[in-house]
This record gives sequence, structure tokens and C-alpha cells, in this order.
Amino acid sequence: MEYKPIRKVVSGNYAAAYAVKHARVQVVAAYPITPQTSIIEKIAEFIANGEVENLQYVPVESEHSAMAATIGASATGARAFTATSAQGLALMHEMLHWASGARLPIVMVDVNRAMAPPWSVWDDQTDSLAQRDTGWMQFYAENNQEVYDGVLMAFKIAETVNVPAMVVESAFILSHTYDVVEMIPQELVDEFLPLRKPLYDLADFEREPFSVGALATPADYYEFRYKLAKAHEEAKEVIRKVGQEFGERFGRDYSQMIETYRTEDADFVFMGMGSLMGTVKQAVDLLREEGYKVGAAKVRWFRPFPKEELYELARNVDGIAVLDRNYSFGMEGILFTEAKGALYNTDAKPLMKNYIVGLGGRDFTVNDVRKIAENMKAIIEKGELDVEVEWYHLKR
Amino acid sequence: MNTLFGEKKAEAKKIVFTSVEQYPEAPISLGTTLSNFTGDWRTFIPVVNEEKCVKCYICWKFCPEPAIYIKPDGYVAVDYDYCKGCGICANECPTNAITMEKEEK
Repeated sequence: MEYKPIRKVVSGNYAAAYAVKHARVQVVAAYPITPQTSIIEKIAEFIANGEVENLQYVPVESEHSAMAATIGASATGARAFTATSAQGLALMHEMLHWASGARLPIVMVDVNRAMAPPWSVWDDQTDSLAQRDTGWMQFYAENNQEVYDGVLMAFKIAETVNVPAMVVESAFILSHTYDVVEMIPQELVDEFLPLRKPLYDLADFEREPFSVGALATPADYYEFRYKLAKAHEEAKEVIRKVGQEFGERFGRDYSQMIETYRTEDADFVFMGMGSLMGTVKQAVDLLREEGYKVGAAKVRWFRPFPKEELYELARNVDGIAVLDRNYSFGMEGILFTEAKGALYNTDAKPLMKNYIVGLGGRDFTVNDVRKIAENMKAIIEKGELDVEVEWYHLKR
Repeated sequence: MNTLFGEKKAEAKKIVFTSVEQYPEAPISLGTTLSNFTGDWRTFIPVVNEEKCVKCYICWKFCPEPAIYIKPDGYVAVDYDYCKGCGICANECPTNAITMEKEEK
């Protein structure tokens, strides 16, 4: 069948819901929270209209239960999905470990929202990054198209390595903003994403009975952790392969875990994740016209962390401006810590500076990127940092 | 219906993995309860009086472990390797055929 995309004008949340429908998800258990609500509303609407077959929606009383029900569904062999934001994700935290520890390929959309207090419903990456060590893979979408593509790919990748995956989009900037999304006809999605083959099928009554997530004494626990660590390492290769396959089939290539934009001859690059990188790419084009040799490096997959690609990038530039829409208190921006740490034992030593931007939905514009570029140029010429971490928007 | 696991229990031994490759990909366990006796903590044990038993099997259905099995002759018996002495069977038995008695160790 020839690929003819179906173009729809949808919000990021609706893009996620359509991807869930096209992925033929069997169980959705979710609890509404702004700005995630319209994802699960749309899924409920699909069910009410009879647009989906074999999709069970489990209404639950909290996010902890949402993840628990999703885990139960996934353990029986079903393709399971949920979505949440900020405080909801934090409430799920305990169950996130159960999902990854039991090696269940659940896919969840997290709509990035700032943690309270002060109460905020706007964009901020600290909620998802606080779940960094739960053993979930994390994909950060730049636009609505990447939300749709991300969910489809996440299922395929998760089900190959049996590790759950989070697809992360920005509150309101993507979740409630409408854009053209190219959707894939159902038959082609089915070809790309066949039915799930579970690692251990609880519903297989022919095999010997077994229990899931059982006790492991100090004699055995360690080995199971190693297996999960190894699965994350293997996932890198799977991510690149699936991303390439997606490109060959549907024209959008995701084989790079760090998407590089005009970095070939760049003196320095801006690095960041999610929707703010769209602004950065736009700014890079303008700055190039003004004579700045700059590029953008968008980290698509934060877990597993693409060390190898970061090294390739870092050894060819003089400086990296890491834009963090998140913060780890007592340290610095989270991506900044990760990027510096990944390069420590290599010969790549670009000047790296951390800019804390856009927390709690603070606007981040092309003009801001220009100011950061001016600052980066100055410190690279001088050969030393002014400050390591700059709170860029601070009212002084 | 459940039968006595005596033979299986005698065969069961703890699985010991000596290299990481031998472990299953996900933490699942196969028949570990066969070798892992969970009935060590109780104070009281249920004792079945076959003269009163009417073979209704309510105890068998209610046992949370499940430690009650049905013998070939149709009467119920308790597998004391797994019975935790919770007393639910005695409480539910409609003919009071099961009584909780202090265990002598």
C-alpha cells in the first residue's frame, strides 16, 4: 500500500489520542489532570462513538491506581497506555518502578507541567526528569507531529526491549495548540506496529503457573537490575533502528537520538529538549544570517542517554549552551549535569554553560536565544565561563 | 480439584542461578512456594472432623493461601506446610467441622 498521509489539524493532546487509537491500544487506565485531560477525553470519545474496537477504558480514582491498572493490563499481555502531568506523575512514582522492574512495555504520555507549589499548570520539565531513575525510557517531543510519531515508535521500541516508555510533550505550548499533523493510515500502522508479543503471558493458561514481581533476596536482586540496565543499553540500538524504519516508511527520520541542526561547521551549539528547541532552530536560522556559526542539538531521548552521539557533537564544537527548562535543587539544570557527566572521561572538552529558561511556562523567544548566543560568543572568545549556571529570566 | 502435592514437594528444590544469563528477563518465579514453606508462623491450626464434614468445600474456596485440599475420598484436609492459621476456614464452616487448636511444636 502506498503511503498517503492523512492531514489533520489537531492539538498535541489529540495527536497523542489518535496515536493511541492507531496503535490499537487495548487498555487505557487514566485519571484526568490539567493539561493532560483532553488526551483521555478524546480516547473516551473514540470509545463512545464506537470508533475503536477492543479498547477498555478503566476509570480510576488516582494516578497511582491508573499506573497500577495499566501494569495489571500490561502483565496479561495487553497493549496498555496512560497519560498524566506533574503532580499526577509524582503520585505514580512508586508504580513506575513496578512497571519497569517487571519489564512491562507500557507507554505513557506525560504532559510536562511545573511542580507545585506555587501552583502552576504551565510548561516545565522537572516533573518528568524527576522520574529519571525509575527505569523508564523518555522521549521528548518538539511538536505535535513528534507526539504522534513518538507514541507509535515508543510502543514498538518498548515492546522490543520490554521496557516502559514515556512520551513527553509541553503543557499548552503543544498540548492545547493546534497544528497540522500527518497521520498514518491504519493498515500501514498495523504493518509497522504488529500486535504485542508479551515476554511472559499471564493469560497463557497452557504454561506452568508463575508469579510476577516476586521477592528476590540479596542473592538475586542485583542480577535483575543488571538485566534492566542492559535492556536500556540495547534500547539505544533499537531506537535508532526503529527511528530509521519510521523514516523509510513515513518520511520522518528519527534515527538520531540527538537531532542535530546546522551543527556541521558550528562554533557552538544550543542543546535542549522538547518544544523550546523549535524556537531555537528558528533562531539558529536567523543567527546564521547574522554571521553566527551556531547550531542546535535537540536531545530526543533522555533515557537511555545518547552518550555516543553527544560525544560526536561535543568534540566538534567550542561551546555548548545547555538550555534547561528544569532544575535540580542543590545542583543545576538536569540535562546540564547529564551532558557534562557523559563527557568527563572523553577528550571532548567544549566550554559548557547552563541557562535555566522557561520554568513554569515563562516565555522563551527567538530574541532570548540571540542574547544567549551573544553571551556564549563572548565567553568562548575569552576562553572561560562567567558563571556556570545562569538564571536567564531573573528580574534584576 | 486440588490433590495432595506430596510428591511434587519432595521433588522441589531451590533453584540456584550461577550466572546472569540463567536468570529470566523479568523477575518471575516458577513454583517457588513448593520449596518455600509459608506455614511456619502460626499459633493455632485448623483440625478437620470428618464426622461433621458435609463436603461443601466452602473452606476450600475461602482459604487464602490455598492450604486446603480435597482428598480422593472427598473429605478436606489441611496442608500444614502452607497453612498460616488464620482461622477463616473454621469461621466459615457451616457445620463447625473445623476447629482451631493450639499447635504443639
